[in-house]
Amino acid sequence: MSAAERIQLAHGGGGRLTSELIEQVILPSLGGPQQAGLLTDAALLSVPAERLAMTTDSYVVHPLEFPGGDIGKLAICGTVNDLAMAGARPIAMTMALIIEEGFETALLKRLLESAGRTAALVGVPIVTGDTKVVPRGALDGLMINTAGLGQVVAGADLGFHRAAPGDSIVLSGPLGEHGLAVMARRKGLSLSSDLVSDCAPLSQPAAALVEALGGELHFMRDPTRGGLAAALADLAEGSGHNVEIDEESIPVNPAALAAAEILGLDLLAVANEGKLVAVVSAEAGPEALNVLRKHRIAAQTAEIGRIVESADAAQPPLTEMITRIGGRRIVQMPYGEQLPRIC
Amino acid sequence: MEVCGTHTMCIARSGLAGLLPDELKLISGPGCPVCVTDQSYIDRVLYLALECEPRPIIATYGDMVRVPGGGGSLAEARAVGARVEVVYSADQAVDIALANGDSEVVFLAVGFETTAPGAAMAVLRARDENVTNFSIMTAQKTIPPAMDALLSQDDVRIDGFLCPGHVSVILGWKAYEPIVATYARPCVVAGFDAPQVLAAVEAIVAQLTSGQVEAANVYPSVTPDGNPRAIELLDEVFTASEASWRGLGLIPDSGLELREQLAPFDALNRFDPPDFPSREIPGCRCGDVICGRLAPIECGLFGDRCTPRSPVGPCMVSSEGACAAAYKYGPHERGVQ
Repeated sequence: MSAAERIQLAHGGGGRLTSELIEQVILPSLGGPQQAGLLTDAALLSVPAERLAMTTDSYVVHPLEFPGGDIGKLAICGTVNDLAMAGARPIAMTMALIIEEGFETALLKRLLESAGRTAALVGVPIVTGDTKVVPRGALDGLMINTAGLGQVVAGADLGFHRAAPGDSIVLSGPLGEHGLAVMARRKGLSLSSDLVSDCAPLSQPAAALVEALGGELHFMRDPTRGGLAAALADLAEGSGHNVEIDEESIPVNPAALAAAEILGLDLLAVANEGKLVAVVSAEAGPEALNVLRKHRIAAQTAEIGRIVESADAAQPPLTEMITRIGGRRIVQMPYGEQLPRIC
Repeated sequence: MEVCGTHTMCIARSGLAGLLPDELKLISGPGCPVCVTDQSYIDRVLYLALECEPRPIIATYGDMVRVPGGGGSLAEARAVGARVEVVYSADQAVDIALANGDSEVVFLAVGFETTAPGAAMAVLRARDENVTNFSIMTAQKTIPPAMDALLSQDDVRIDGFLCPGHVSVILGWKAYEPIVATYARPCVVAGFDAPQVLAAVEAIVAQLTSGQVEAANVYPSVTPDGNPRAIELLDEVFTASEASWRGLGLIPDSGLELREQLAPFDALNRFDPPDFPSREIPGCRCGDVICGRLAPIECGLFGDRCTPRSPVGPCMVSSEGACAAAYKYGPHERGVQ
């Protein structure tokens, strides 16, 4: 292999070294020509769909590898999931790498292999990409941007506007696993071996839900940064209705709960990377549970709440939680950085 | 009054306040370390972080990062080049010092009896392992003197104390007996979930009803005399000193400063930051909130100029502050007595 053990600035220069990096490291790692074959700057696609979904996201996770995933897997899952939440099956993806000078080539290969495996699992080709190298210190190792193009599944009609009082809210599993697994690794906390990121593509359970429920599925969102709290705050604001959830019905991973308590974080506000929250008509609630629970990553799906009429039209819509002891409290949009508390 | 910020959060998160009868009011006390940390302390930290060359690494618990001093917060200082590392324990700060031998590392020792043993162990470790680039800037405080100071004020009316679980693990529940003896108020220690809080509230009410007032405990982790090893450690490293509490002012013997023989690990000796005046924040009523004179929503700034996104006072900054809890988990207002 002529590509060096560490990435050099010249690897991003657009010349021979760049070609070598792409041909010898990037493309093979991503899975070869079937998975990521094209060196062209623009991919040409034939798209049969009437409705397309398009998304882009940048991935800057630190550390680059964490229990249950890494930045490569995350860069595929995050974008695939954004498409899936729009009711779309992924057609093609792009991937842009920004690499810090001196980055270990072996690590780059490992991360891209992980991305390639995940893309293959989803069945989405990476059709074009870009590679830049920046001077040492200009960024922390590696950043990845991916964009995704998807075909909206026939019959899908999703949006805030479709959420109406009486609708059920369904969550596909326990909260906070990704955020806490990453935070624990970042801070060198050895909290629990059970705590693993939930990072996973949601394309299959999401498509199954769209197909089974059709027009009875009103809205989907993957509660990533800001967690369920942010997703529900957006839902309340976007739909103009109040959201009510039952603390008791929210699935809990005991390891994540323990980690959140130690760090003083609210599980509702911690990031997930393999969960979806769906709003469905009340009648379709049981069917939604059936469909989602058939998928391993959504086996713990539960109905966690409902959309309700706002009691006071003058008040902005909000999310309320009925607590375990029967009290009520507001669930706010989290603000900024999650800071662990003192004691 | 629940003395401890963790109780405040538990009460707010469980929606407990809204379930209690109207005659029963729970007031958030001074047990949120961020809330009672004097502004001048933050200003001195900012001086260390930005004015000292070469700049030391400031190792701090996360809560402190956003607390505004007179000249901004550590978060703002970080954006202009201050070296700020969030740690989960004092011990991690020593690790940072070991890994950055060419930099000074200053640990912000903030909190009550719960965090003080950790800070003490870090100092002893630094001494034993000869970590010469490590020091602490202490604003450690102790809880019982603050309870005493509160009750000695004429306009503060508190019928009983819900005493902090974690602090009492260190001190033991008998530590509140002098308060009971002097002021005849029930002091009941509880753990940090809603059933524990309710059990303590019930015990307080029962004591008041019967007239038999005493120090008591409903938290199985707490013993009468606490953790003797931790208490010994505190005594080995710290000595009681007068401390300035935001909202309460100077309280004798309520602070912990390093003993003479450990003075080299005191960041104040090492960097000699100037004194900054404790300036009042115009309109901020955090002091009254901490003393239970005012409910958060009764403050003129609450929810308007002062929100978690853009906090004016410390009770809004800290995740455990009374105002943050009221804002975040409202709308059930928590009134004064």
